Amino acid sequence: MSFVWLRTWQLGVKSLLLHPLRSALTVLGIFIGVASVIWLLAIGEGISRKAQEQIESLGADNIIIRSIKPPSEVTEAVTGVVPYGVTRDDFERISQTIPTVKKAIPIRELRRRFGFYGRLVDGRLVGCTPEYAEIMRLEVDRGHFITDADLAGNKNHCVLAFEVAAKLFPYEDPIGRAVHVEESYYVVVGVMKSRNPTAGIGGSLAAQDFSSDVYVPVSTLWKRIGDQIFTRRSGSYESEILELSQVTVRVDDVKNVMATSDLIRETLSRSHRLDDFAIVVPLELLEQARTTRLMFILFMGLIAAISLIVGGIGIMNIMLATVTERTREIGIRRALGAKRRDIVRQFLVETVVLSVVGGMTGILGGLTCGPVFSVVRNSLESFMPEVMEQLPDIMRAVTPVTVPWSIPLAFGISVTIGVVFGIYPAQRAATMDPIEALRHE
Amino acid sequence: MKLAACVRNVVKQYELDGETVRALRGVSLEVPEGDYVAIMGTSGSGKSTLLNLLGCLDRPSSGTIFLGEEDVSKVNDDRLSEIRASRIGFVFQSYNLIQQLTVLENIEVPLFYQGRVTAKDRERCRELAMMVGLEKRLGHRPTQLSGGQQQRVAIARSLVNDPFFILADEPTGNLDSATTEEILQLLQSLNNQGKTIIMVTHEPDVGCRTKRIVRLRDGLICSDERLTGKNVTAADVAAMLMQVE
Repeated sequence: MSFVWLRTWQLGVKSLLLHPLRSALTVLGIFIGVASVIWLLAIGEGISRKAQEQIESLGADNIIIRSIKPPSEVTEAVTGVVPYGVTRDDFERISQTIPTVKKAIPIRELRRRFGFYGRLVDGRLVGCTPEYAEIMRLEVDRGHFITDADLAGNKNHCVLAFEVAAKLFPYEDPIGRAVHVEESYYVVVGVMKSRNPTAGIGGSLAAQDFSSDVYVPVSTLWKRIGDQIFTRRSGSYESEILELSQVTVRVDDVKNVMATSDLIRETLSRSHRLDDFAIVVPLELLEQARTTRLMFILFMGLIAAISLIVGGIGIMNIMLATVTERTREIGIRRALGAKRRDIVRQFLVETVVLSVVGGMTGILGGLTCGPVFSVVRNSLESFMPEVMEQLPDIMRAVTPVTVPWSIPLAFGISVTIGVVFGIYPAQRAATMDPIEALRHE
Repeated sequence: MKLAACVRNVVKQYELDGETVRALRGVSLEVPEGDYVAIMGTSGSGKSTLLNLLGCLDRPSSGTIFLGEEDVSKVNDDRLSEIRASRIGFVFQSYNLIQQLTVLENIEVPLFYQGRVTAKDRERCRELAMMVGLEKRLGHRPTQLSGGQQQRVAIARSLVNDPFFILADEPTGNLDSATTEEILQLLQSLNNQGKTIIMVTHEPDVGCRTKRIVRLRDGLICSDERLTGKNVTAADVAAMLMQVE
């Protein structure tokens, strides 16, 4: 039996090599299908990993409570400035009363202009605690981050983001110098390393760009700037009272995250009549991202499946033509003693050879996904930067990750395609009347 | 004497555009081993149908056909294939070699469909190629050979399975007279070695080289003459054919 199979394989290859161009084009159909399966899965995986990474960088055991400015229709009805957002009382309540809360960090952010000897930088003044660096995954470049002593002593110390330091102090060492913010001065005690911005997630959490940050102890900020902020806008003043922009809560265990977030929501809603806060749970987003990824893979899979079916139809088409063209050969073989199943086997082997060669080369093509992707992206960046800018963030940052199971999958699919689309032509060849076939010119 | 083939009351009819065509209307024929028979007749006389039945490419509508000990008139398609692979040697007018195979591989094909090609078999293929004078062209493809050489390969192929008989369908129809002579001499020598040959032809000068002429007309055998011992020329055969018309 094995002898017959071996010879049939040899024969199949030989017959296919009689028409090299035709066979190559047929293989190309499967090649594209298989390579696209691997590519699409790799890009899908890359995108979802990126999203997951970004969410995880927020911390799966974190809960983020953001203050939201209520819509003006709500506040206009009241005269005077309406305080909104998360308060220090809220912060105390959350950190003291909820047992699953391991740590809570108050954060207050403002837009400010920073100056040093005439050099000015617009940026974000962040009042925070020493834990902020750890939770946001910021690393110190020089000096140190804000310390507990700074916080306890309301020290006028600040830490600069790398980019801010580079702009304000192009020639000097910033450590020990005083940066001017509005009417106060802050002594620089540290510079952070550059950090990639986090992507925004849905509508609930804006993208965070850390490159223009200046960090100060939150207690200092409360003391020196206070809760009320005036903003000058086209000739009129606008004022708002906001105690905390954000509270980041770290929960003791990931499995308690959902319960804790419900508890926080309940605690806060008791004292907040206005809808002025939002709770972002990265874990929840993580779950969402998994669903999105599944949808994405399904969708990509659908596209790939279509291209594979097209490839399969190509095989079937060429095999039907081949069967007609080789009617005479079929007649000869039948006359010399080939059974119907011998003929079926012969043609099926040819389609399987075509599709397997397509599958193998397709896998090789699929593995080039990463390098090709980065080459294309780099050349786009250097030749058409304006096009690149219009692409969404995630497309610019994504690196395709080849999914290991996509390789056996692609191979299996290509063999299946060969068999499925080969059966009909092979059957047709086998059921020919040998006498008619021999007479065929 | 043992019979290589025995045909009894064979009728073959088939439907064509709603009409029943009776290609053979009750043919009986015995071919003893070692015989050399020419089946002659005009087109439409049923000679091709008879050849297809003898070659196990088709089954009769009624009647029996024995090849050796086996009645092949009612066996299934797979068994017919097995018989073709193991006991029948075909030689066709247009050689019918497989283009993508070499000379040696072409000779092997019937053995391949029997499911085995041993080193001994391969040696036998080589010997057969040598016998038909193609030992120097074993690795050539059919397109690299002349018509006469291709027909020699076909004859070698027909012998490889040690058949009941060689079934030759106008074996010289595509060849010039010199090559025809070569092929006829080859067939003659095979018959001298005891091989049974059944040949369909319409050429009198080919028919006269056999031992026996069976003439078909309208699906019936109209004459069956032995030529052995007589000195028959092509003209005689032509006259015989004319007489029947």
